[in-house]
Amino acid sequence: MAIVIEQPDAPRSRKGAQWEKRAWIFMRISGVILIFLIIGHLMVNIVLPERGVKAIDFAFVAGKWASPFWQVYDGLILWLALIHGTNGMRTLVNDYSEREWLRKALNVTLWVTAAALILLGTLVITTFDPCIDPNVHNYLPDLVCKG
Amino acid sequence: MWTWVLHRITGVGIYFFLLVHILDTALVRVSPEAYNSVVASYKTDIIGVAEIGLVGAILFHGFNGIRIMLIDFWRKGAKYQNQMFWVVLVIWVILMAGFIPRQLMHIFGA
Repeated sequence: MAIVIEQPDAPRSRKGAQWEKRAWIFMRISGVILIFLIIGHLMVNIVLPERGVKAIDFAFVAGKWASPFWQVYDGLILWLALIHGTNGMRTLVNDYSEREWLRKALNVTLWVTAAALILLGTLVITTFDPCIDPNVHNYLPDLVCKG
Repeated sequence: MWTWVLHRITGVGIYFFLLVHILDTALVRVSPEAYNSVVASYKTDIIGVAEIGLVGAILFHGFNGIRIMLIDFWRKGAKYQNQMFWVVLVIWVILMAGFIPRQLMHIFGA
């Protein structure tokens, strides 16, 4: 089957053009914010702690998420990085997939995956309960657990 | 051209790591044991060294992203795009020169 290349000056619907422009702007704004958030994330989690990645465990996460600051911080990375990454993948799918049905199927898969993981991640951050660890008082002595 | 290809490759790599990273972190909602056993794999020699590649990809993608924005928005951006590539590379080398020994120390140090 011959590959049809779209005319660069082919008319695009106003709605389609608006969407692409917003996506383009989003990539730049989220990109700048993510540079700061992710360098901070790497510094705090694997560079600065004395034992680096080896210090990461349930207690480490519980200690961080005891503070709303890190909950919001990690939630922001979750939302911005996943939407940024999904939109980037959409660009690649649109560039490289030759069959229209496959292009559509891949794009639907990308956005369904993004929606599912944003929902999962947001629920994990907001409903996290350190009390599921019976030893929680060894590292969060002031925490009050029900029951 | 090759910078553009590398931007895409690093982007795809980071994307798939992000998917895995959301799922592994979600295990804190299951049990401490489940989370700790999966996170233990991040502390192994092989994955520990692979994390250098991940951080390298993230830093390249981020700083090259700034270069792309300067090409888009700065009046002289297109003219200096090649020089800006070298600036990105120098920043990347400096940051990696700081990160690599630190990470190797964490993974292989006592």
